Amino acid sequence: MIESALASFGGGLLALAEETGQFILLSRSTLRWLVRGRIEWRQTLIQMSRIGVDSLPVTAMTSFFTGMVLALQTGATSKHFFNTPLFVGTVVAFSIVMELGPVMTAIVVAGRAGAAIAAELGTMKVTEQIDALYTLGTDPVRYLVIPRLLAFLVVLPLLTVISDFTGILGGLFVSQVKYDIPAIVYWHDIVDNMEVRHFVHGFLKTFVFAWTVAMVSNYKGVSTRGGAEGVGRSTTAAVVVSMTLVLVLDYFATALLNAAGIT
Amino acid sequence: MIEAKGVVKSFGSRTILRGIDLRVETGETLVIIGGSGCGKSTFLKCVIGLHAPTSGTVAVDGIEVAKLQDEHDIADYRRRFGYLFQEGALFDSMTVAENIVFGLKYLTDIPRSKYRSIASECLALVGLKDVEDFKPSELSGGMKKRVALARSIAARPSYILYDEPTTGLDPIMSDVINDLILDLQKQLKITSIVVTHDMKAAYKVAGRIAMFHEGRVLQIGSPDEIRRSSDPRVRQFVDGSSQGPIKMKLKEFDAEGSQAHLASGGKS
Repeated sequence: MIESALASFGGGLLALAEETGQFILLSRSTLRWLVRGRIEWRQTLIQMSRIGVDSLPVTAMTSFFTGMVLALQTGATSKHFFNTPLFVGTVVAFSIVMELGPVMTAIVVAGRAGAAIAAELGTMKVTEQIDALYTLGTDPVRYLVIPRLLAFLVVLPLLTVISDFTGILGGLFVSQVKYDIPAIVYWHDIVDNMEVRHFVHGFLKTFVFAWTVAMVSNYKGVSTRGGAEGVGRSTTAAVVVSMTLVLVLDYFATALLNAAGIT
Repeated sequence: MIEAKGVVKSFGSRTILRGIDLRVETGETLVIIGGSGCGKSTFLKCVIGLHAPTSGTVAVDGIEVAKLQDEHDIADYRRRFGYLFQEGALFDSMTVAENIVFGLKYLTDIPRSKYRSIASECLALVGLKDVEDFKPSELSGGMKKRVALARSIAARPSYILYDEPTTGLDPIMSDVINDLILDLQKQLKITSIVVTHDMKAAYKVAGRIAMFHEGRVLQIGSPDEIRRSSDPRVRQFVDGSSQGPIKMKLKEFDAEGSQAHLASGGKS
């Protein structure tokens, strides 16, 4: 009983170590191709469109409602303590710009585009299309991984900026409709208390998230084994691992940025 | 010329190839036969460089792909090959023409303006016309195989590696593909390795036949020599018999145990 439990634990550790090693190898190969600078620009633009344009409605809507609920909760809480809704704009903007905008956008894009990447590359792997790329003279990392990574690195920060804006607009909408806070007061709450470094704090984190989601999704896709079931497993794993890593890395990135004074 | 010496290939603790020694002369068509999992496709992938042998060497025109480091040398090596995958491995997101010319950008200096006419020429060589703008999902199984074949010859390779070219096709379409392989052999003077377990195809296209068994070459010879082989394992395979020295389980589970389980109403 104990032996089999230990064997299963050891087996799990070995599998994790193997997977981590393969992920590092893929990352190294990716960095090499990036350094060489031979980019498939057409593929990169196609991926930007797929990841960016197609994800825009859902990320904008998510952040709009996030801003709305933040304003609703902030207004209700401050009314409870002070009999009037105070600093709604400040709380909404700080929360959205520094944390919720980058994190929510990364999570939504991981669920949408990350899953699509893992499924597409996984299907290509099990149908030998990735091997076919090799036999036709191109490296799968160069042709598949780099364009998706670059697209994420460009598009996720842009989507986050749009999400920040729509989130703040969502907060404004609730502030006006629910609490009768004039728009000018809401904006003043924001501009009087926020500085550019607060925006930079959130914006820099999006690059960490973009790298993480793109590489995890790419890795899960190209390491798929075992037919349709394997593609399903890879897709689920890509989303779960990406989302978990975004939340975990958010803490460390925030701590690092705070230590660097960007807070 | 392709020369394999003592090729061993393992994946983790599983050894697929256990010392393959094989030589394919220029212009020859060698057919590799053998049961599922005997290492035929793995050997092809070692030849083109998709897998690196665990030990032993594969040399093509004296070049060992496993030793190549420089990107241009690797590209030069790959340029020599066309590879027909078992399921075609056509890129779903591209049209037929885009699939066919895909490798030209990476393997040749041919200007883009000629791509369309090359795609049409290659399609004509495999007996297809006016399908350039179709997506692979709009083609039948046989047409996909032909398009995949057209893609594998687009860069005018010296060698074509066929991985089970007739699998999944009806008998007539299988024979059409066999004729195409023979036609390409005659027209383009290509050296080929054909992996198959379709004996009719093997006899038709082979110059020589090599039988793989448990990761080793069991016998190699002309189609007639293989047909008249005295080795009982080769005989069993070419006759397609379930009775003989190569043991395949009829059922992958213990039949008596399962019957007892059913008899007890599944209460065990």
